Amino acid sequence: MRLVGTAILMMALWLLMSGIYKPLIIGFGVISVVITLWITRRMDRTDNDAVELNLGLFKSISYFGWLMVEIVKANWAVIKIILSPKMAINQHMFHIDHTQKTDVGQVIFANSITLTPGTIAVETETGGFLIHAVSYSSDDLDALADMDARVTKIEAANDV
Amino acid sequence: MSILVEVLSWVFLIGGSVCVIIGSIGTTRFPDFWSRLHAASITDSAGMILLILGMCLQAGFTLITVKLIIIGIFLFITGPTTTHAVANAAWVSGLRPDKNTSFKEPTTKTGKSSNQKPNKN
Repeated sequence: MRLVGTAILMMALWLLMSGIYKPLIIGFGVISVVITLWITRRMDRTDNDAVELNLGLFKSISYFGWLMVEIVKANWAVIKIILSPKMAINQHMFHIDHTQKTDVGQVIFANSITLTPGTIAVETETGGFLIHAVSYSSDDLDALADMDARVTKIEAANDV
Repeated sequence: MSILVEVLSWVFLIGGSVCVIIGSIGTTRFPDFWSRLHAASITDSAGMILLILGMCLQAGFTLITVKLIIIGIFLFITGPTTTHAVANAAWVSGLRPDKNTSFKEPTTKTGKSSNQKPNKN
């Protein structure tokens, strides 16, 4: 069942990317998909370490909408720092806890932190991240805790 | 209608280019490695998103737009990952933020300042 899903997804990707619908090209696509499926199965048999995507679809979409707004706001803040004559830089490194259970949730949280300009996830530790901020203020901790709660919410969506 | 799309797409394209230029200015103006990473991420996020949006509007409802969106999704995932890889490499090899531009504890709070960077992890 999973193999069929992967095959359909990859074939759709091939058709979208190529845009040439001749039998020869589509045949190449089928051959590539078969080879990829074979390799994936072999890899799965060796390490048996499949990543499960336990994310709620609609909650994820609304999270990414919220993230885009945050990115715009953070970009504006950093652009102001760059262009202001005296460059109010106030670098700080601090630890922040994460509450996500799965690896995927933690990756989404860490990447969201890095994606918003002004904060970068530098180091991952058990139960938390080390964050570097370019213009640190005490609001940053609250904002990051808010983001943490939102990521945890999309992760927990399939428990319901 | 097509005029509107044209105008909007050029607004996005020019805005994205301005963001890329601002990011480059920031990378040269900022004092040390850590702050420069942040300036570069302007190019990474705002510049990339605006340029791809503008190009999508230029292409209209075609396969090119689908490809652009796929490129955007890939950059959305790989951009922060590479930034993290660079930052992590610097951290592991012992580079610490410049003391002069670092966070200073408010004077009301006496005690040890956090200028000594956390090294115990």
